[in-house]
This record gives sequence, structure tokens and C-alpha cells, in this order.
Amino acid sequence: MSSLLDFLNRLFGRVEKSSSDIAKKRLRLVLVQDRSNMSPEVLEELKEELIGVLTRYLEIDEVGMSVELDKSDDSVALVASIPVKSVKVRVPKIRSLEPTGVSE
Amino acid sequence: MSGQVIVVTSGKGGVGKTTVVANIGTGLAAAGHKTVLVDADIGLRNLDLIMGLENRIVYDIVDVVEGRCELKKALIRDKRVEGLQLLPASQTRDKTAVSPEQMKELCQQLREEFDFVIIDCPAGIEHGFHTAVAGADKAIVVSMPEVSALRDADKIVGLLEASELTDPYLIVNRIRMDMVQRGDMLDVNDMTDILGLQVKVLGIVPDDQSIIVSANRGEPIVLDNRSRAGQAFRNIVRRLQGEEVEFMDLSQGGLMLRLKRLVGLAK
Ligand SMILES: Nc1ncnc2c1ncn2[C@@H]1O[C@H](COP(=O)(O)OP(=O)(O)OP(=O)(O)O)[C@@H](O)[C@H]1O
Ligand SMILES: [Mg+2]
Repeated sequence: MSSLLDFLNRLFGRVEKSSSDIAKKRLRLVLVQDRSNMSPEVLEELKEELIGVLTRYLEIDEVGMSVELDKSDDSVALVASIPVKSVKVRVPKIRSLEPTGVSE
Repeated sequence: MSGQVIVVTSGKGGVGKTTVVANIGTGLAAAGHKTVLVDADIGLRNLDLIMGLENRIVYDIVDVVEGRCELKKALIRDKRVEGLQLLPASQTRDKTAVSPEQMKELCQQLREEFDFVIIDCPAGIEHGFHTAVAGADKAIVVSMPEVSALRDADKIVGLLEASELTDPYLIVNRIRMDMVQRGDMLDVNDMTDILGLQVKVLGIVPDDQSIIVSANRGEPIVLDNRSRAGQAFRNIVRRLQGEEVEFMDLSQGGLMLRLKRLVGLAK
């Protein structure tokens, strides 16, 4: 019965998205968000390591800095706002020659 | 000897974990492997009932880990299949009665004696989950083609990874091909698309009333040669033993197949 109805609907141009397509689309979006949940501790660790790398090149304002995961409907972005005080004028040394000061 | 420890989990409740454990356990034993089923759903003991062994329980898993009885004494022999045993859950205690370390130790002991140790995990992501997965080498995630079950399955896949149980198997339970064909149910491909490449489909089990009937009787459906769900479980058992088995075509499970069977064109 219902397939006859479907057929008639299609015949008269009332194409409706199937409920499984809708489910698939909704699941895709919600899982992007679910999977991006980072614990505050891990985010803090990420921030510390970022500071370690950045200070090799820049003098930054660590207090005014923010690092966040920004979740919109269909994507997740790491949004960092890092006030720069000055750019260090030097040729960056090769990594392996200098301890980075980044703690594990 | 060192057997394989497999945990059957899902996140969401009621999707078929206990049914899967009973059937693949029975199937593996029927194929000649020494198999033990561990009911880790402490406080909500059910595997014994599905196996039809509820009247034989004297000791349970908590008695074993608390040292009140020897492991061997707590194991219950299956009444149908040789080489199959059950370690029942406690019905009176709660999930905290067994710790992950105790579960690891228990699995270690069991794998010395058995080819397969199959663990029935409780629903949820709390203590009971962490305990149930603690001693496992491999995980089977059971899910249904339905949004909330899939979302929870995805969460479980992540948690399993954090417990170093990577590349889990997926069993899709209760699929209804009539609904898939109508566009009203997610298909297996949709499900693997959503969950990602790391999950490997171990089997697809149709929604089948005979599973309820077999639960009523306490006889796993895998032993019923005429049942489609039983066939699906027998295929899963063969895949677990390393055989390549094609997925069943579930689309003609309805009237046509019954007609064909009637006239002897299909079995
Ligand atoms: N393929 C199937 N077709 C029809 N009914 C099924 C199927 N699989 C499971 N069921 C029924 O669904 C119900 C739940 O199954 P089961 O107890 O195995 O789930 P569970 O995941 O172990 O639940 P819980 O999370 O409560 O432990 C039972 O009544 C069972 O008979
Ligand atoms: Mg259960």
C-alpha cells in the first residue's frame, strides 16, 4: 500500500527525502560534534604546547590568549586568538639542536 | 593454551548483546570450540535465562572474585552443547562488585581453559562497561539501524579505542529489509559510512520473531536450522573462525521465499 502511495507521490512530483536519508544526514552532523569533545585538561595541554612553539617565534600575551573548539552545525574548528606583542627577529634554530621547553 | 577473549558491547541498552552472546557462544561450542560465556551484567542477570540455565545456578561471578568459591565450581555446563559453560552474573550485587583488575585476572584464568571467552557487557558507559572490557582482546559492537543506537555505538567505538580495543567488529541487529527498501531504515552501508572505516561488519541479523520464541524457551536460535536469524548467527560463527562467508540476502525473506520454499526452489 505505502509503496503505491510513494509511487503516486513521485508521479505528482512530491519527492520527499526518505527518512533514512534524513537520519543519515542528521547522524553525520551530530557525530562530528560528539567526536570533537575534548576534555578541558587536554585542551589546556594543547594550549601549553602551543605557547611553547609560538614563543620560539613570537612574544605573545599569554594572559590574553584563548584557545577553543568552535562547533557549528556541520563543522568543528579550533579557534585561537593570540595577541602578539612583538615578532622575534631571528633565524629559528634547527629543532633538534635546542630543547624546545615543551613539556610532555 | 591461550584462548581469545571477546566482549560484546553496545552503549545503548536492549539492542541484542545478550542474544548475540548466547548465539555465537552456542555456535562456537557446537563447532567444537571449548567456550565459556561470562555474564558481566551484574545485578541484571539474564544470560542464564536466555540459555535456559537459570535453575542450575549456585555460585556466581562475584562469589568467584571474592574468593567464596573456586572458578571451576561456579561454571555451569550447558545442557545442549558439549564444551559450553556459563559463568553467571550475581543478581543481588551491583556493577561495582567486580573491578577491572579482577576481571582481567578472571579472563586470564579462563583463557587457559577455553578457546573462546565471550563476555556479555552491560548497557551504558560507566563502571560496568570498563570492567567488562578490561580483559578482552577483541570487541564486538552490536547496534540497530536506528539513530540513537548508532550514536551510542559511535561513542562506544571511541571508548573502546581509549581502552586499546581498536578495530571492533560490528553486528547489525534487527534489520528489516522491507523498511530499508522503502527508504525508512538505514542500510548496513549507511551504518559503516557513518561509523567509519575502522569497524568491520561481522554480521547482519534480521529482525525475527523467532528470536523472542527462542528466548521464551531458553534455546538459542542458532541451533534452529530453519530460522533466518539462526542462519545469520551461524554465518557470524564461521566468520569468527576465520572463514569468508558472504552476507545473506535478506531482501527476499518475505512471502516470495516462503513460496519458493513451499515449491522446493529454496531452502
Ligand atoms: N534480531 C532480533 N529480532 C527480534 N527480536 C530481537 C532480536 N534481537 C534481540 N531481540 C529481542 O530484543 C530484546 C533485547 O535483546 P537483548 O536482551 O539481547 O538485548 P541487550 O542488549 O542484551 O539488552 P540489555 O542492554 O538490557 O542487556 C529481547 O527481547 C530480544 O529477544
Ligand atoms: Mg543484556
